[in-house]
Amino acid sequence: MPDPLLALNALDARYGDFQALYGVDMSIERGEVVSIIGANGAGKTTLMRSISGLTRNDPAQVVFDGRPIGDLRADLIAGLGIALVPEGRQLFPSLSVEENLVLGGKTRRPGPWSLEKVCDLFPILGERRSQASTALSGGQQQMVAIGRALMANPELILFDEISLGLAPVVIGTIYDVLPGIIGEGMTALLVEQDISRALAVSSRVYCLQEGRVSLEGRTDQVSREDITEAYFGAAAA
Amino acid sequence: MIEWVNALVQGILLGGLYALFAAGLSLIFGVMRLVNIAHGDLIVLAAYIGLSTTMILGVHPFVALLIVMPVMAAIGYALQRGLLNQALGDDILPPLLVTFGLSVIIQNALLEGYSADPQKLNGGMIETASISLGGLAVGILPLLTFAIAVAVIAALQWVFYSTGLGRGFRAVSDNQEIAQLMGLNKAHVFGLAMALALAVTAIAGILLGVRTSFDPAIGGGRLIFGFEAVIIGGLGNLWGTLAGGVILGVAQTLGAKIDPGWQLLAGHVAFLVVLAVRPNGLFPRVEH
Repeated sequence: MPDPLLALNALDARYGDFQALYGVDMSIERGEVVSIIGANGAGKTTLMRSISGLTRNDPAQVVFDGRPIGDLRADLIAGLGIALVPEGRQLFPSLSVEENLVLGGKTRRPGPWSLEKVCDLFPILGERRSQASTALSGGQQQMVAIGRALMANPELILFDEISLGLAPVVIGTIYDVLPGIIGEGMTALLVEQDISRALAVSSRVYCLQEGRVSLEGRTDQVSREDITEAYFGAAAA
Repeated sequence: MIEWVNALVQGILLGGLYALFAAGLSLIFGVMRLVNIAHGDLIVLAAYIGLSTTMILGVHPFVALLIVMPVMAAIGYALQRGLLNQALGDDILPPLLVTFGLSVIIQNALLEGYSADPQKLNGGMIETASISLGGLAVGILPLLTFAIAVAVIAALQWVFYSTGLGRGFRAVSDNQEIAQLMGLNKAHVFGLAMALALAVTAIAGILLGVRTSFDPAIGGGRLIFGFEAVIIGGLGNLWGTLAGGVILGVAQTLGAKIDPGWQLLAGHVAFLVVLAVRPNGLFPRVEH
């Protein structure tokens, strides 16, 4: 069996001064779409920070494409082909829409995505390319954030809470394009509070609870009851 | 009356030099939120490197810029990567203390190497040449200084808003973590910003040394003028910095016209008035 694209091995990670993840094991195969669910404070954001290099850990705790990257700098990890669509979009306010996208392609990795291709995916971004990114609506900003990550032509794309703070109709639009993106052969990890959305687009799910994996399984095999128990803990069930 | 007009013109041109003092300071603060207390001493250091270059090679100070600019840029990059990056963080105090210490070290090293005697860069003819403009004799050197200041600020503006390097500067300034996720090495980007700032400082140091005599202790005064120009103009706005320099220069020359002893005082008063009336400066950067 080939190596997984991403493996987390007993990942212990801290968020500021307190430990947020305890011995988390995960394995993501090439081309898979995996969702990660969990309540606030379960450690989802720390997980994303650890994979993208914003939080540094022991080298072997995060292995990407067979290579230990746990203690690698974030800019070098970006060059290896991991891109993050961060929670809250986090566009660069001093940069125009086009500049945000171009900066996303800074790593110059070869691949299908280009400025033109992103603007084909989200035509509104082409129309508003020279505007300040802050002049856009929340949904349009999320499109820029996704486009910016695609510009890096990543092998693994991380989506952190892409539906947070957006109107339901906008969330629908964003989720409608996801299969097209993933169809390009990209591997995706999706952190999401909207569980039904997450399960609908992914083939496998991990549930985090207080920094530990409380459930792992195929989305077509886990039941609502399993998830409720994994999400809130046995005491609440 | 013509004397007052003359003082006004001289003040405007002097403002160009102050804008050059301030431009590097403004750039560094803009990109990495670093207040560089050693900036004035780095200007003086550039003047001394210019002095050594002119003496060893026997070239005009302006020609010496071809050496001094890359040397200062290299010093800037090394200083940033080797020292200042380690001091930067959430707390603003460590970089202040480190650059304050750097200021003391540069002053004492210059004192050790060049003694406390005042030195001067020999600009030759250009120092005394002037042209007549509507009854006013305007010095070529101040005119040239002002033109260089405008050109430098236009060039910095171009770098910031029209190049990939400037895009990196703005991105890191906006959000350091997310900029790293784009593949930007923060430490390297900061190094480049400091290199660019000290290349500008090299120009300021050479023009200072041709204009007046200098000694190792005058850095502090240049730092204050630079700070005042930045604050008057508004943080993060390079053209505002030029305006700030001009306002400071005009206040000083008009003050000196009233009483020679009021030159520095008038400049500081103008600064305090702006600070009291418009705490964000006259042309603060518009935040989106």
